Amino acid sequence: MSVLVYTEVSKGKIKKASLEAVNYAAQIASKTGTTATALIINAGDASLDDLGKAGASKVLHISNSGINASDSQVLTRVINHAVEAEAASIVIFSNDLTAKAVAPRLAARMKAGFVPGAVDYPATDAAFTVNKNVFSGKAIATYQVNSAKKVISLLPNSFQVKTDGTAVAATAFDVPADLLSSRIKVKEVKRESNELSLPEAELVVSAGRGMKGPENWGMIEDLAKQLGAATACSRPVSDIGWRPHHEHVGQTGIAIRPNLYIAVGISGAIQHLAGVNGSKTIVVINKDPEAPFFKAADYGIVGDAFEVVPKLIEAVKKFKASQN
Amino acid sequence: MKILVCISKAPDTTAKIAFKDNNTAFDENNVQYIVNPYDEWYALVRALELKETLGGTVTTVSVGGADMEAIIRKAFAIGADDGVRIDAEPTDTFFVAEQIAAYAKQGGFDIILAGKETINYNGSSLGGMLAELLDMPYVSMATKLDVAGTTATVECDIDGGTEVIECNFPLVISAAKGMAEARIPNMRGIMAARTKALNVIPAITADKLTEVKSYTLAQGRTTCKMIDAENAGSLIDMLHNEAKVI
Ligand SMILES: Cc1cc2nc3c(=O)[nH]c(=O)nc-3n(C[C@H](O)[C@H](O)[C@H](O)COP(=O)(O)OP(=O)(O)OC[C@H]3O[C@@H](n4cnc5c(N)ncnc54)[C@H](O)[C@@H]3O)c2cc1C
Ligand SMILES: Nc1ncnc2c1ncn2[C@@H]1O[C@H](COP(=O)(O)O)[C@@H](O)[C@H]1O
Repeated sequence: MSVLVYTEVSKGKIKKASLEAVNYAAQIASKTGTTATALIINAGDASLDDLGKAGASKVLHISNSGINASDSQVLTRVINHAVEAEAASIVIFSNDLTAKAVAPRLAARMKAGFVPGAVDYPATDAAFTVNKNVFSGKAIATYQVNSAKKVISLLPNSFQVKTDGTAVAATAFDVPADLLSSRIKVKEVKRESNELSLPEAELVVSAGRGMKGPENWGMIEDLAKQLGAATACSRPVSDIGWRPHHEHVGQTGIAIRPNLYIAVGISGAIQHLAGVNGSKTIVVINKDPEAPFFKAADYGIVGDAFEVVPKLIEAVKKFKASQN
Repeated sequence: MKILVCISKAPDTTAKIAFKDNNTAFDENNVQYIVNPYDEWYALVRALELKETLGGTVTTVSVGGADMEAIIRKAFAIGADDGVRIDAEPTDTFFVAEQIAAYAKQGGFDIILAGKETINYNGSSLGGMLAELLDMPYVSMATKLDVAGTTATVECDIDGGTEVIECNFPLVISAAKGMAEARIPNMRGIMAARTKALNVIPAITADKLTEVKSYTLAQGRTTCKMIDAENAGSLIDMLHNEAKVI
């Protein structure tokens, strides 16, 4: 018996959200009297030391160029192979787009109760229960998992990542070729290579229709750059093509929960809040003192974005200089 | 081409969220139910567009009680040909997937569409489970779907970008924003909806692997600290010293 955690490499490094999932898996493992095994596929030259440091007692590395990682059916078979080899009864994912395709499949295959987007450690004393956001962040539900096997995907940025453990050497792990047959042909992959991934970002600067037009986004990008933040936007802004659609946050876009969310010229409609109200600290900049967003904010500035944002950029520059 | 669209119901996006019976159940008092937006705006409408250009049928499937029927009729009014209600309370997604899989196995569907997620439980899990139970490929978070012959070309969101894939029938797809534009039913559609076949079938025996034990409302923020616009720069110090986020 063990806890298996699925991890991934991005841009030559183990993803931060994967390390968070390893932390989470290690906690659950120690609570249930077992150990955590991290699984990683085609890590290339990336250092796998952090997986052990984040709490994995064992690291399984599958190197196989024949794995079509765009096919959830293939990934499910491959991960299930590791589940069986490790006799894992609990499988942990970070709730990213890969997990959204693969984790429910794997759960059905294992006949495991599935909790997508958990925000907390499970309680394991009497029954196995775990909390998850529902109603687009307006409430939290406590799910009880009744099956012996369980699959949980953890909402990114739920915990601070810790890597103060000990590295372990990775073990090469093979998968039989007959698990790899795929019916999905990848025609094209478009990656926004330089940008920070929005769901993983700790700091986010977001703007809405108050910016008047796409030509005014320079200062939003500048503020984000100075802070080391990702950029996001409200829905109408992506609908009219001022910003790319993957930046759209909210009920119908993506849900994020960074440490800091700065909203510039966004009114704070309930559907927008649904995607951002899990953020730790919210700053709202709006020229209308009655904008509903102020009710959901920690810090507010009533003012014209075109005057306030440049001031913030200057202040961040000064702050950074004082830190050096 | 035979297309199956999974239709669920969801509280209107502006509905007040409250709980009853000692926080163990959602309080439906004064709550208006709608077709889950992803199911209606994207999955159903794209299915209808494909049918209109390439021919075929669009069937809906829903797992739920009798109150689900108004939701199914709305899908009929928009243009679905017929629909099935599997008579059971949809409390666990694996259970729902087993129900829909049992029905879909007999149907010979080429494409099965679900929404990206239900806006009440935000699971994003039914499509994947269904695909696994049916042993079919699954493309999640699809923003574009085209069909030529018996091949689907699908564009979908992946971490840090998008991807275009090709897959032969049959397959399961979850639909996200971008796949189509919402349609408003017209009078003819609403009239026709009344006479379309809504078949009610009994549920099969299947396990429920999870259950919700209780709910809590997310905590709102208590106070918003206002900063004078003239002095906007002081925000940065507060974010560092007070909020400790930078
Ligand atoms: C079913 C459904 C789902 C939806 N899903 C989403 C979603 O996922 N995400 C989302 O964002 N929306 C969503 N919406 C839309 C949502 O209801 C709002 O319409 C939208 O969020 C408003 O965007 P906005 O705040 O950018 O624009 P507006 O509402 O037009 O607000 C602009 C704001 O900018 C302020 N402003 C103007 N000029 C300046 C200036 N110079 N300086 C500072 N402030 C200024 C104004 O005071 C105003 O508050 C959804 C709607 C529905 C019905
Ligand atoms: N009870 C149900 N009946 C039919 N389809 C459903 C049901 N519940 C969910 N679905 C479909 O599955 C999608 C994802 O739901 P979920 O996994 O609950 O977020 C929805 O958008 C629907 O298309």
